[in-house]
Amino acid sequence: MSEKKTNRRDFLFTATYAVGAVGAGAVIWPMIDQMNPDASVKALASTEVDVSSVNPGKTITVLWRGKPVFIRRRTEDEIAEARSVKLEELKHPETDEDRAKNPEWLVMLGVCTHLGCVPLDQKGDYNGWFCPCHGSHYDISGRIRKGPAPTNMEIPEYEFVDANTIKIG
Amino acid sequence: MKNLFRILFLIISLFGFQYSSNAAEKIEYLKTDWSFKGLFGKFDRAALQRGYQVYTEVCSSCHSMKYLSYRNLAEKGGPEFSEAQVKAIAASFEVKDGPNEDGDMFTRPGKLSDKFVMPYENVKAAQAANGGAYPPDMSVLVKARKGGVDYIYSLLQGYEEPPAGITLDDGVYYNKYMYGNKIKMANQLSDGLVEYSDGTNATVEQMSKDVTTFLMWSAEPHLEARHQMGFKAIVYLIILTTLVYFSMKRIWSGIKTEV
Amino acid sequence: MSDHEYTPKSKVGKWFNDRLPLLTLANHLTDYPTPKNLNYWWTFGGILTFCLITQIVTGLVLAMHYIAHADMAFDSVEHIMRDVNYGWLIRYIHANGASMFFLAVYIHIFRSLFYGSYKSPREIIWIIGIIIYLLMMAAAFMGYVLPWGQMSFWGATVITNLFSAIPLVGEGIVTWLWGGYSVDNPTLTRFFTLHYLIPFLILGLVVLHIWALHVPGNNNPVGIDIKKPSKDTVPFHPYIVIKDGFALLMFMIVFAFFVFYTPNILGHADNYIEANPLVTPAHIVPEWYLLPFYAILRSVPDKLLGVVAMLSAILILAALPWLDTSKIRSAVFRPLYKQFYWILVADVLILGYVGAMPAEGLYLLIARVATAYYFLHFLVILPVLGLKEKSLPLPLSITEPILGGSPNLSTAKNRESLKN
Repeated sequence: MSEKKTNRRDFLFTATYAVGAVGAGAVIWPMIDQMNPDASVKALASTEVDVSSVNPGKTITVLWRGKPVFIRRRTEDEIAEARSVKLEELKHPETDEDRAKNPEWLVMLGVCTHLGCVPLDQKGDYNGWFCPCHGSHYDISGRIRKGPAPTNMEIPEYEFVDANTIKIG
Repeated sequence: MKNLFRILFLIISLFGFQYSSNAAEKIEYLKTDWSFKGLFGKFDRAALQRGYQVYTEVCSSCHSMKYLSYRNLAEKGGPEFSEAQVKAIAASFEVKDGPNEDGDMFTRPGKLSDKFVMPYENVKAAQAANGGAYPPDMSVLVKARKGGVDYIYSLLQGYEEPPAGITLDDGVYYNKYMYGNKIKMANQLSDGLVEYSDGTNATVEQMSKDVTTFLMWSAEPHLEARHQMGFKAIVYLIILTTLVYFSMKRIWSGIKTEV
Repeated sequence: MSDHEYTPKSKVGKWFNDRLPLLTLANHLTDYPTPKNLNYWWTFGGILTFCLITQIVTGLVLAMHYIAHADMAFDSVEHIMRDVNYGWLIRYIHANGASMFFLAVYIHIFRSLFYGSYKSPREIIWIIGIIIYLLMMAAAFMGYVLPWGQMSFWGATVITNLFSAIPLVGEGIVTWLWGGYSVDNPTLTRFFTLHYLIPFLILGLVVLHIWALHVPGNNNPVGIDIKKPSKDTVPFHPYIVIKDGFALLMFMIVFAFFVFYTPNILGHADNYIEANPLVTPAHIVPEWYLLPFYAILRSVPDKLLGVVAMLSAILILAALPWLDTSKIRSAVFRPLYKQFYWILVADVLILGYVGAMPAEGLYLLIARVATAYYFLHFLVILPVLGLKEKSLPLPLSITEPILGGSPNLSTAKNRESLKN
């Protein structure tokens, strides 16, 4: 390189570099953001489900944001069982009251918190769900009791629009 | 620098040339002042809302808008109806959905995420109902016609009695702005056809302008964002170019040659 | 190229560089001696690199959202324009980027024609450049098909039908290209695949193009070889980098204006109508950058000969280093060639203009004359001119006209605007 190497601390050059860097950043953002959910995907973010035909002791599975949501209408016995568990027995302590605001209805994301498989209904050591991929056992409140999964199955945001309709998301 | 201006001049004249070659067979369209033209052009919200009204009450019985969803009506840069208004609009349409658990299709009130309900099941049905002519989908109509908004605006007001010597078949109408002057759509607009809720006088001219504005938005829903970003981008580029220019002068100052 | 052996300063750098001499390459690129008298016409190489990278990056992004299926392509483009975050921006950059790319490549080619950059010892650079140009046309054509609008469909139909002009096997080739009996879904998916592939081929050829350039070094506006590198050249970085950067920014302002304010002006309205195999648009016109060749194609009344003429118009460029018999590179010192050069520029512009017009009457006549002249220029004028023309005396070195004291000073100043 020649001897005429310019002084880099020169204000002009610093300003040029700084302004150039801002522009480069501004150009990169759209290229990243385009991979985020688009407007049509976001618009589908909530789903309404009619649950009038679900009998006690039955589970229906609905698709929400591309994932299964379990909606179980629990029997009196199941509710009693779920509420009797002591918090210290749990790997991820949560009360059933927190998980199912209306005790009759458990609405939960049907995705195992281990690596994302869909657990099977009424299987496993705790009368709840059992994940066939790596053997995680969940109870009737969807709480992890045994196996590699770290946390309970997730409860999505939902509300009862009326007695028979649940709006998820 | 002199060379640089020469290059710029060449670029501009090249594109000017291209533009004029496009414009060679230009027809004189009716003129009006569009709020969305120019560097800072924005849509006139009230016109968009009125335009939507004209579309629903007049055009939508034949013309679909398959790329629009009801949610778009509430989005920024569009007619910007309130969310409650758009929910009510969507709910007023019957949307086909299904199959349900029994395997049957059913209808339900529309939701925000639904696409605009189409007037016909498919293109064939549309043709059958309109004497063989397919009323084109209007989502990108403005961009799909040479002359764009001016053409649509003029066409809506271009119905006339055919000049002597031209005979028209049944179901064909004379329009002085239509390519070939023959159009299968009858004149749809007449003064006072719709009743604007904001009290604007619904003249043919007014309705044409409103619905054309609405169609411009439907073809370019991000036009406002584009104009805003464009202004920022160009101002930014000019600043950076100036800085780079002086940096270049500084760097080349020790070299005896042209920059 | 650098006159000293490069050794990295740090130990790690040296260890790495001994195994993979990337640092030597970087050092070569920054120190690369560049003639100090290059004018702004020489900045288009850098601008073209920018165009290629922009097209590849925006293209990759579009491919994440685009669906190459005849029933869904048009819808997926509208989805990009409406719903994808910044989708409209990325698509408009890509669509207008193609035009900007061709604009830059035409300036680059005509710069080479003016200053004789294709002449010995730079023939290989020139020929690689012609191959890149051909691939660009292929990529642009196939890219234009992807939105599956009316112009896409009918453009594809017309261009692929050119192959049917080939005797005996023509029809078979067209069916093979289509993967059916008309342009349809199989055609679309293969065009998408090739459109995705070609830019990477171009990228590879660009590396070769630059490699071949770095062997003899740049030509320059005076067109004579470098006598003393220390006196006649400057290192690429920072001198040329900053100058290219400045020109690139000016170019980007024009680019931004198109993207943000008139994004559809260079396109055709019919391409916003979904492809319909039953209805042909009234005028089928290619994008502006292909118009001169389209005019040549239409000016010949015979199908096969028309295709041959169009292809020859491009391929003849590859023979240019041998058709031009003059030893003098720069048109600055070739008073006659300079006149013919500008006539050629006008001729190509006229061809472009008539290419956009209906092929009838006066337009057709003009197209024929312009086509004939195009070939006349390369096949007759250039070879004869090189032998007959009396060129102006050349300066002794590229610094001479700048430093003064040469009889050519005033010539160089006036005609070249080589000002201090």
